[in-house]
Amino acid sequence: MNSINLDRDPYSIIITGVGGQGNVMASRVMGSMFVTNGFSVTIGETFGASQRGGSVMSHLRISKKSSWSPQIPRGGADMIVSLEPIEAVRVLAAYGNPGVILLSNTRPIFPVNVIKGEATYPAIEDIKTAVKNSISHAIFIDATEEALKMENPILANIIMLGAVIGLNILPLERDDFHKAIAERVPHDKIDVNMDAFDLGTRLVRQ
Amino acid sequence: MSYLIDDNREGIQHLLMGNEAIVRGALEAGINVAAGYPGTPSSEIIEAFSKIARDRNIYAEWSTNEKVAMEVAAAASFAGLRSLCVMKQNGVNVASDFLLHLASSGTRGGMLLVTCDDPGALSSVNEGESRLFAKLVEIPLLEPGDFQEAKDLTKWAFDLSEKIRNLVMIRSVTRMSHASGNVKFGSLPDTNAHAEYRFDGPLLDMETGPMISMIVAAPELQHGPQQEKLKKAAQLFEDCPFNTYNGPESPELLIITSSACTLYVREAVNLLNIEDRVGILKLATTWPLPPNLIKRNLMRSKAVFVVEEVLPTLEENIKILAAETALETGIKTFYGKHSGHIPSAGELNPDIVISALTKILHIDYRPVEPSFEQKTAKMAATMAPTREMTFCPGCPHRASFWSIHNAIALDGRNGFVCGDIGCYVMGTLPGGYSTVKTLHSMGSGSGLASGFGKLKQFGIEQPVLAVCGDSTFFHAAMPALTNAIHHKSPFTLILLDNSGTAMTGFQPHPGSPFDVMGNTAEALDIEAICRAMGGRVEIADPFNLTETREMLNYLMEYKDGAKVLILRQACALSPERRGKKKFDVSVDESICIGENCGCDRLCTRIFGCPGITWDTEKKVSRIDTIICAGCGVCADICPAGAIQKKEVA
Repeated sequence: MNSINLDRDPYSIIITGVGGQGNVMASRVMGSMFVTNGFSVTIGETFGASQRGGSVMSHLRISKKSSWSPQIPRGGADMIVSLEPIEAVRVLAAYGNPGVILLSNTRPIFPVNVIKGEATYPAIEDIKTAVKNSISHAIFIDATEEALKMENPILANIIMLGAVIGLNILPLERDDFHKAIAERVPHDKIDVNMDAFDLGTRLVRQ
Repeated sequence: MSYLIDDNREGIQHLLMGNEAIVRGALEAGINVAAGYPGTPSSEIIEAFSKIARDRNIYAEWSTNEKVAMEVAAAASFAGLRSLCVMKQNGVNVASDFLLHLASSGTRGGMLLVTCDDPGALSSVNEGESRLFAKLVEIPLLEPGDFQEAKDLTKWAFDLSEKIRNLVMIRSVTRMSHASGNVKFGSLPDTNAHAEYRFDGPLLDMETGPMISMIVAAPELQHGPQQEKLKKAAQLFEDCPFNTYNGPESPELLIITSSACTLYVREAVNLLNIEDRVGILKLATTWPLPPNLIKRNLMRSKAVFVVEEVLPTLEENIKILAAETALETGIKTFYGKHSGHIPSAGELNPDIVISALTKILHIDYRPVEPSFEQKTAKMAATMAPTREMTFCPGCPHRASFWSIHNAIALDGRNGFVCGDIGCYVMGTLPGGYSTVKTLHSMGSGSGLASGFGKLKQFGIEQPVLAVCGDSTFFHAAMPALTNAIHHKSPFTLILLDNSGTAMTGFQPHPGSPFDVMGNTAEALDIEAICRAMGGRVEIADPFNLTETREMLNYLMEYKDGAKVLILRQACALSPERRGKKKFDVSVDESICIGENCGCDRLCTRIFGCPGITWDTEKKVSRIDTIICAGCGVCADICPAGAIQKKEVA
């Protein structure tokens, strides 16, 4: 087991994105990695009607003691992992605090009202600047662009998980991921997931 | 890839969804039969059973509707097996006629009704309350307060059902069913079971007589004994290990709660650091309430705060006991939904409980610096546009509603669509061109359309249409269509056949050639059924826009009786279409005339598929190839011919 200790109990992580990006898969994998390491985990998520083109969020509560609320209280996130940049902004406002650690993908998924011209989507550089002006720990990576190089954009979620673990903040290791992913994907898909995971780790350690 | 739910290692812990924990509890209780109808947030329960059905000698099915599901499960109970039926809150309404009678006849093998409510209507058209059914039909109600308990309480409920010889209701909510937590496994029993239905004994003999609910004009013979069962349950609840009290002996405030609200209360009390001021009575047995346990706890404090979602059901039942025991327990101040400390609508969360507690106990609490809150709120307001719900890229419903909308406009008589329950509820929204003008329960679009169609004699001239999906057709639209055909009601039923129960995750239905366990099944032919019923039936591919629109206009003109147009095209998320593009779609920038096209960007501004984006600098449309599902419909709507599709080799 990793020697890192979490500084809060429960430690609260939000994984957010847009329906279809593999949010639920990422939260289940991360959750089971913590369970393997002896933690009590609670995950709250919304899926169903709300995911049709909508924002999705998974709330993870990591504890040595018990189950906690599947909804994180306002301002209570310790870490935000976002598969889509404006979802990071949305979650930061509802659950963020000055000490939160934020890791976000840079690839936009345009809401329909933006496509219709009823709303505007900000430039990614403006998003980065605004986020970095409000919190001191914000990292942006081009996870979807990297996944496209692997010819499978859905792997962005695994690249993001690799990046999270690469930050060395959570008491989780590469082997924990291997075990968790092997339980969830067919045998011939394990290697490509490990490659995506390692790529994510390298991206934040560069 | 392994499936964790039937892991036979006692004591091992897995991360399970609340729904999976309920399944595990049923497995540990030796369940034999499970039936349900899909509905978020309940659908994972039957799906989990189906995956392990062969190994654990279980029969699982998706029934035609919730009432049939309850009847299928009851048959197993009557034959001495353990069974459950599962549905979302709206489904209990559908099953309620049989439910009332089943509660009256009683059950033999342990039988559970598992309902998954959706406070806040996160995936529903309402946040209907199922708990009141337990009171209405006089059966016990259990509500798990965490994930471990979802498993343990389910197992306990089977024993309870057999002790009182009646159905037991377990109510979960979205934040329990779809949330996950650690669950420590118990042992799994042998899977041998023998079914036999005994009926030779005397009438009303629970063990050997026929199972009936029919004692005309002599309610004392059956209703009386049913109420005795409920009293016995209340006695058993006095010692139920899942009712717990945590806190000081005599707290300033007694909080009474159950279900997922337990977790919100624990969170709030922890954050406010008031463990020495409040006590938490967590109830798993919420109907009937165990009177002595409630009385003992009411004596702890002069102030009582009831935390629950949807209707003030628990609050009112507690108040009755408080009134009855007022001489011993004293006069209370109650806080909850009636006092306004908990909102009367919408789901709860820790913040709502925190806000109520700070008012009741006069605490000052600020989770985040106001300056940070203001700064990030402003950032979200200016930088994060909202995401309205819409059809998926490549969804056949977008094409269908495009044609329906255009056909109604061309017809020019102010026609309208009666909507139904499924993904196509989004026909009410801009994503479905706001085409749908009534929306209620399963099958009600066809029933309303049947009624509208008969208003000709009062001068209504508007053409009437209804939509429903293939699963909804079998569930509840068939009786409505029967009615319309019989009464020659001139409406057009548009059957959006996407070959599966798409909204809830692609469950098979009676029109599918396989069942939930993967066995081949008799696929009922919707077209043949509608023809046999006497309706005029036409079929079109919604991706063929011209043919679909022309057929709709023809049927709207055709006055004689009820007509059915089957729009057949598989869901974009279906196994046959998911990840497989039929067309490579692209935009020829030199041809795209952008804002100057007939309707000012018809594709992006009006059609609104998430796969087409607008390049604000070059003023041309683009295809986002990651999102585009390759249906090619946008190429057919582009008036300039700039959007081009090429069949994928």
